[in-house]
Amino acid sequence: MRAEPKGEQAAAATRALNVMIVGVGGQGVLMISKALALIGQKQGLQVKQSEVHGMAKRGGAVFSHIRFGVEVWSPTIARGEADALIALEWAEGLRWIDYLRPETGVFIADTRRIVPPFACRSRRHGAPMAYARETPAEALEKVGEGFALDATAIATTLGEPRAANTVLLGVLSTSLDMPAADWLAVLDALTPPKSRAINLEAFRAGRAWAEAARDDPTLRFDAGFVPRARPADAPDMSVALVINAAWCKGCDICVKLCPERCLVLDAEQVAFLKAPHACTGCRVCEWLCPDFAIEVRTAVREAAGA
Amino acid sequence: MNRQVRPQPSADVLPLMGNEAIARGAWEAGVRVAAAYPGTPSTEILESLGRYPAADLYAEWSTNEKVALDVAIGAALSGVRAIACMKHVGLNVAADSLMSQSYIGAHGGLVLVVCDDPGIHSSQNEQDTRLFARFAGVPVLEPSDAQEACDFTRLAFQISEDFDTPVIVRSTTRLSHTRSVVRVGARAERPSKGFVDAPGKTVTIPANARRLHPRVIEREAKLAAWLETSPLTRLETGDRTFGIVTGSTAYLYVKEVVPRASILKLGAAWPLPEEALRAFAASVDRLLVVEELEPALETAIRAMGLAAEGKAFFPRAGELSPELVRAGLAAAGLAEAAPAPRSLGIEPMARPPVLCAGCPHTGAYLALRGIDARVAGDIGCYTLAAVEPLRSIDTTVCMGASIGNAVGMAAAGEKKPIVATIGDSTFLHSGIPPLIDAVYNKANVTVVILDNAITAMTGGQDHPGTGRTLRGESAPKVDYESICRAVGVTWIRRVDPYDIGHMYQTLREAIVHKGVSVVISERPCVLDPVKIKGAPLAVAEERCVACQSCMNLGCPALIWSDALYEGRHRVAIDAAACIGCTLCAQVCPTDCIQPMALA
Repeated sequence: MRAEPKGEQAAAATRALNVMIVGVGGQGVLMISKALALIGQKQGLQVKQSEVHGMAKRGGAVFSHIRFGVEVWSPTIARGEADALIALEWAEGLRWIDYLRPETGVFIADTRRIVPPFACRSRRHGAPMAYARETPAEALEKVGEGFALDATAIATTLGEPRAANTVLLGVLSTSLDMPAADWLAVLDALTPPKSRAINLEAFRAGRAWAEAARDDPTLRFDAGFVPRARPADAPDMSVALVINAAWCKGCDICVKLCPERCLVLDAEQVAFLKAPHACTGCRVCEWLCPDFAIEVRTAVREAAGA
Repeated sequence: MNRQVRPQPSADVLPLMGNEAIARGAWEAGVRVAAAYPGTPSTEILESLGRYPAADLYAEWSTNEKVALDVAIGAALSGVRAIACMKHVGLNVAADSLMSQSYIGAHGGLVLVVCDDPGIHSSQNEQDTRLFARFAGVPVLEPSDAQEACDFTRLAFQISEDFDTPVIVRSTTRLSHTRSVVRVGARAERPSKGFVDAPGKTVTIPANARRLHPRVIEREAKLAAWLETSPLTRLETGDRTFGIVTGSTAYLYVKEVVPRASILKLGAAWPLPEEALRAFAASVDRLLVVEELEPALETAIRAMGLAAEGKAFFPRAGELSPELVRAGLAAAGLAEAAPAPRSLGIEPMARPPVLCAGCPHTGAYLALRGIDARVAGDIGCYTLAAVEPLRSIDTTVCMGASIGNAVGMAAAGEKKPIVATIGDSTFLHSGIPPLIDAVYNKANVTVVILDNAITAMTGGQDHPGTGRTLRGESAPKVDYESICRAVGVTWIRRVDPYDIGHMYQTLREAIVHKGVSVVISERPCVLDPVKIKGAPLAVAEERCVACQSCMNLGCPALIWSDALYEGRHRVAIDAAACIGCTLCAQVCPTDCIQPMALA
């Protein structure tokens, strides 16, 4: 039998409950979205669950909106109106954090980082990684209620890192007023036999972690989170390329293999640094030149006395 | 309206995605033939139809959208209910068939599902199919949720038979990919009506077509009259200071923002019930139109002489949302503006989609990057090679455009070598006619067929080159080399894109060949039909000199290490993501990327 909302809960139930689940393709955003939708349905509520596919398998950002209530119209959640945000990846949680209701929204995030290739684009000396810098402690200050945990680590100790999504679902379950038995029944129905036991265990582990964190706020964020440091003192980045035109035979190897595509052959078929601002001094041309015609001079090496 | 009633979970109430609901509606309507070419966000409709028993319906992946519609037309003319499904740009390909079929009619029942992509989540434009329906003179139904998607699709078949017209059911990404509970029904089997046997109607020679065109115009008027009282046209009476004409998911956003407003919900965006619109306009002080994309309704309503306001307040580009509807109503002075969204000062980094770790396209485009050619691209995952770091595609227009574009570049005297790159599924979709054109007209171009043996972009659908049908039965397999030879290509090489050196060398030979040269890059997709995972590689960190040549692959398994060399980050490999394709090891100048045991 489903639980009937009573008293205050009945009043709150007239407004739809909005949950956002975000992450990176392949993390299981859609699996826990489905679980949430089924749980809402079990309570006899209208449920709308909206997702954007297409790029899901290609490492792009994935997000899913789930709304349940007595009457649900829009399939999407407006900015500032999410009651809960579950993030399966740290930076994705930060990306959507302002979708939470300012005072009351619950932020639940795995502190695990999946760094996109895009974040590692700049090859310059001392270049910082283009990845979110906020720490869990900082993020939790910005939300009504927050939990930042290393869910992947918890799931890994259970033997399946990919069950991190179910750990987070367990954390969420302590914030929503729905019977624990319903959650377990839905997970039981949704997970394949092979991973069923682990998923149920992961759910319980998440629930237990959240209950402990509710009693002791110091547990609410992953203190072991090490922010990515940028190299402390960025060295002098100046680079000079010395090309010995007499030795260059125009074989084109440096032009083809320059990672920044800053070399060309000039009219005399001699290597020429066309885009000096783009040169990072990586030395690939120097190493690969069969005729030792290129020398890369960087301040870093000279300082080191090389 | 019974939305206040809590549905009891029961066997006839299923949580369905919009696309699954469309398939369900078609199945309940007794559809016997279904055909589609995959395209986000429409793909799941046919996949879902393919899961109903083969005894109920025949379903096929067609080589392109026009073929899909032609198959459905043939079935409808033979007396059974038939459906074709495609994304919005697929209708451009199928438009030729639709425009004529509008004259011919439907006989057995013909429904065309077209999924638009407002907001361009995964497409090359956001054209509005409602304008196409008007152009073709056929009705277009616009469901707003999964329940309506099921009900309207079923109804579409009825309309198709009753009015002898193809019917378009228009979905959008938001509807297609939103899951909600649907009260479903049983399938109604319908015996075949037999072949239409009316050549005066089904052969569109000029004499017949001249007679048929006025009937299309009459049919439109009859449909408009029927829509005046049809349940598709629904009046919700509320506050009379303003009234909103709306439909599709825009209706949901309106209900979310102004639940007690007066609304005329149009279940069909063409033709329009003029009397109902006039009566509604007369009943309210101000008339607004809330619609996604083009002002299709607004323009038509204004043409009736009614003072409708719409695009003055609501955007014509992009996807609507409750926020945009609220902002529009606020601008019109009809709703409270939402408080300005707070900013938490967090600058999220970009996370664009990338080619998978081990994607065979990566090797092909890295080699191409070294060629310094003018590259005409096509539609598929490989379009991602247009951005950094591979950055090796100059143009992407639409399905099958690459080879024709390349011929034009050559004809215009472009000085760089000219290469067209096209995936296997796209080549079969619409790449063969332009290849014939290139050979016939002696164009000096290189065509790279990126054969990963699947339709990857849309999630791994079979096609005539995979040797399997929609229902998983084995099928004859297209041989690309034979096709190329048959159309007159003499210079053809097959290469494994995991061998970058070989790929590069082959491309260098190809571009100096006079005439059409074809390079077939052969390597299966790492995701479909089976996920490929080999032993991962690792970086011997002390030997890595942080040149980051491997980072030019854009492989998601390659990340920065915290260790530095001359102030630059060394590289590390995420063993969970790496599939061991060795592309990075091949480009590493210091040979520091090796199997894990050695590194």
